[in-house]
Formats: sequence, structure tokens, C-alpha cells
Amino acid sequence: MLKVKDLNIRYGGIHAVRGISFEVSEGEIVAMIGANGAGKSSTLRAICGLVKPEKGSSINFLGKDLTSAETNQIVRQGITMVPEGRRVFPDLTVRENLILGSYFRKDPQGIKEDMDWVYEIFPRLKERREQLAGTLSGGEQQMLALGRALMSRPKLLMMDEPSLGLAPILVKEIFEILKDIHKQGVTMLLIEQNARMALQLAHYGYVLETGSIILEGTGEELAISEMVKKAYLGE
Amino acid sequence: MNFQLFLQNLANGISLGSLYALIAIGYTMVYGILRFINFAHGEIIMLATYFVYFGILIFSMPWWLAFIFSIILTSLLGMGIEKVAYKPLRDSPRISILISAIGVSFLIQNLSLVIFGGRPKAFCQPSIFTKMVTFGNVKITSITFITPIIAGILLYFVTYLVNNTKTGMAMRATAKDFDTAKLMGIDIDKIISLTFTLGSALAAVGGIMWGLRYPQIHPFIGTMPGLKCFIAAVVGGIGNIPGAVLGGFMLGIMEIMLVAFLPGLTGYRDAFAFVLLIIILLVRPTGILGEKIAEKV
Repeated sequence: MLKVKDLNIRYGGIHAVRGISFEVSEGEIVAMIGANGAGKSSTLRAICGLVKPEKGSSINFLGKDLTSAETNQIVRQGITMVPEGRRVFPDLTVRENLILGSYFRKDPQGIKEDMDWVYEIFPRLKERREQLAGTLSGGEQQMLALGRALMSRPKLLMMDEPSLGLAPILVKEIFEILKDIHKQGVTMLLIEQNARMALQLAHYGYVLETGSIILEGTGEELAISEMVKKAYLGE
Repeated sequence: MNFQLFLQNLANGISLGSLYALIAIGYTMVYGILRFINFAHGEIIMLATYFVYFGILIFSMPWWLAFIFSIILTSLLGMGIEKVAYKPLRDSPRISILISAIGVSFLIQNLSLVIFGGRPKAFCQPSIFTKMVTFGNVKITSITFITPIIAGILLYFVTYLVNNTKTGMAMRATAKDFDTAKLMGIDIDKIISLTFTLGSALAAVGGIMWGLRYPQIHPFIGTMPGLKCFIAAVVGGIGNIPGAVLGGFMLGIMEIMLVAFLPGLTGYRDAFAFVLLIIILLVRPTGILGEKIAEKV
């Protein structure tokens, strides 16, 4: 579904991502783990066009080359991202945030159905639909950011650190919900520092370190690998 | 001063205030999205009056057609200025774009001086706007009450657009966070372009009504209303549309009342706006309806 080849990203003199290649197949959950600054966020940002990769990089989605496409076009192809730190629009209401998630869609009926679907997954959002998003708690904002992403009816959902800054109980809840959403046919690429949760959920995983993939394998393989255990699971 | 005179001045103040409000919205909308003061806004006002002048003079348009012609041309001009002078600087430090705005302002002013000449020209005065109208025992010219009516309709339209439409939502989202707005599939270039077009259209209407009120136009007429409306936007809370409207009305009414109650200070009429600005900046730097500062992230 998504094929990334030889992705290189530079910010000024910093070579943040060094020629990584990876794939996400339809129906999978793929996790990318690694420490701060390993290049995970940059990778996601490049896929959705917020960062321009170096020449020679290739990002292909469902047979289309998206390497130099604009973000708003990429989103229309069915890729959506829940950005790090949630980034809900604080002075818009919950409902308005969700509507913006479906901004480019032209099927009012489908939008309405998806809105109901999101409210079903997150009843708390329904209760608070007319509240300003900035007044929600961190967990609720994460739910809103996720719901907003679902409103675009994505084929590929990318999540940047969904567990960041959330209480452990909420992290569990969010991951349960991700599992449910996946069951309904959404392919996922998520990056996480919380390696344990991510690897439990993922079918396949990549370990990033200073801009390179140093290890890959199924979620289970990675979870039992000595290297991952030592570096990311603290065992 | 008797009550009748007070009402007359109040009507006059509301009229001037609604004009300020129209122009101030352009400043505040652009600031809301791009975080800089579009100093070329005053020149947009000036050009709108010249477009009317030439529409009538060269193309022999009837006044109403010249007004529409001017509004369309001014909107396109506002859009063009953004494309040429601001868009290439979008990722530069904010000070660059501000300096670019000041440059555009000087460029337009001086270019106008060369092309149109410095001698003031007479703005058209259709009789429908100059009639005296009597309400009870208050006598005012018709432009005095037509201005707030037109301004009111346009203000309602803009507020509705921003608060109740998907495009308005996209504008508010873009104002908050470019990247996340893009992730929603919003074409932020289009939204920014639209903001300039809309702000310029309102400025054109403001400029035309300014011309009807003070029917002498020259290449520098945009400066003072431009500055005052910038002040109105800051006083109301820059970035906030209701704030710009409030600031505009406050400034207009206070200005007229100052002249009416203290005729000795008439010469300080323009200075008053700046005094108000200084006071607001000292007492409430974010303006009366300024943006909330505390925000959960």
C-alpha cells in the first residue's frame, strides 16, 4: 500500500533521516519505534508532505508517486495523520474540529455517517460536541484528534506518539480503540516511544536510530529481541 | 449642546465608526492568519477611490457600475499584492513580511503620485448620497445613514462567513495552525488569498464611502484612515473580528464627540486616535476583546 524508498531528510546541516526504506501493507498495523530524534516524526511528516525530502527519495501510495505532492493533495489520496501533541484547533468546537476532518469530502451523507461513527467510538466527544476543543482534557483531545482524522475516512492512518503525555490508563484505552478501528479496516502506521504498547499492537515493526532503520521484524520478534528489550523496554 | 445636536453627532459618529469598522476588519483578518500588519491596506483604500474616478472618467460608467468595478478591481489587487509581496516570504521571519508591507505601501503611494498626479481630484457625488434627510428634528445627509446600513450588512455577511461556513472554519483553522490545517486537506494558499481578497473588498467599500464623505481624492488619502483603522483593530484586540468592529465604532464615535464637545481640540482630531492607542497599549495591550492568552495545548 505504502512504499517508501531511500528516504532522506535534511534540516539545514542536520541529516535527520538517512536513506530509510520500508513498506506498509494493506490491513496491517506497522509500528516505528525509537528514541527522541531518531527521525520518526520527520518520516511521517515527509509522507504527508509537510517536510520535503531530498532528491532521490521516493514515496509511493497505492501506485501513485507522492514524493513531491502538496499536503492537501496527499490527504485527498487517503492518508491522514494525527500529529504529535494532538494539535486540535482549540478555539473551534469539538463538532467543528470533526467537520474540518472531513473538509475535502463532498458526500454529506457519508460525512454524517462517519460523524455518528466517531461519536459511537468516543461517546465523550458527543457529550461535549459544542464545547471548545481547548477546554478538553489531554485524553479527550487525543480522542478528538483521532476522531478528526477518522472523519477523512482514511485508507492509511498515521499516528505520531498517540500515548505522549497521557496517563497509563488512558494510553491503554486509546490502544484498545486503535485495535477496534483497525478491525474496521483501517491500515495504520504509528510511531511511539512507548515500545511495549506499540509492539503488542503492531503486526510489523521497525526500530529507528539516528535516522536509520537498525532492526525490523514482526511485533513479537521485536518484542523478544535482546536489543529492543535492553534499549526500549528497559528489561 | 442640546439633545438634538447630540443625536446629530451620534449619527455622524456611528456612520464614521461603521466605516472604520469595515476597514479595520481587513487588518484584523490578515493579522489573524499571517500575524503581521498589512501596512498597504491604506493604499488599497486610496486606489479604490481612484478606480471609481477613472471608471467614470475614462469608461463613462454610471456611478454604481464604477463602484462595483472598483470593488472587483481592488479585491483582485489585494489578492495580487499577497501573491507577489507576501507569499514568497511566508517562511521568512515575520519582520521581513512586515517590511515588505511597508515597501508595498510606499511603492503604491509614490507610483500613484507619478501616475495620477498630486493634485486632488473630485470624487463623484451622486445626489442620492448628498440629500438631506430629516429624522424628527435631526437633519443629516443620506450618506451618514447609508454608510452604517451597508457596513452592517457587510459585517453581518463576514461574521456569518467566518463563524458558520466550512470556509470560515478553514480560515479559523489556518489562523491557528498552518500544518494541521494542511493535514485537514485545506489548501491554505487559497484560504490566505481569500482573506486578502475579502479584506480588500471591504476596504474598497470603505474607501468609496470615505470618498463620498470627503469628496477630494489624492494619493495620500489612504494613510490617515489606514492608520486609524489599524488603531481601531488594535484597540478592539487585533486578530478578533468583533473587536475590530467595536474598535472602529468606538474610535468613530469618540472622534466626532471630541470635536463636538470640545471644539477647541478640533485640530487634534487625528492625534486623538493615537492617544487612544497609547492608552490601550499601556492598560490592555491585547485590546478590549483581545485573544485569550491562557490556552491548553
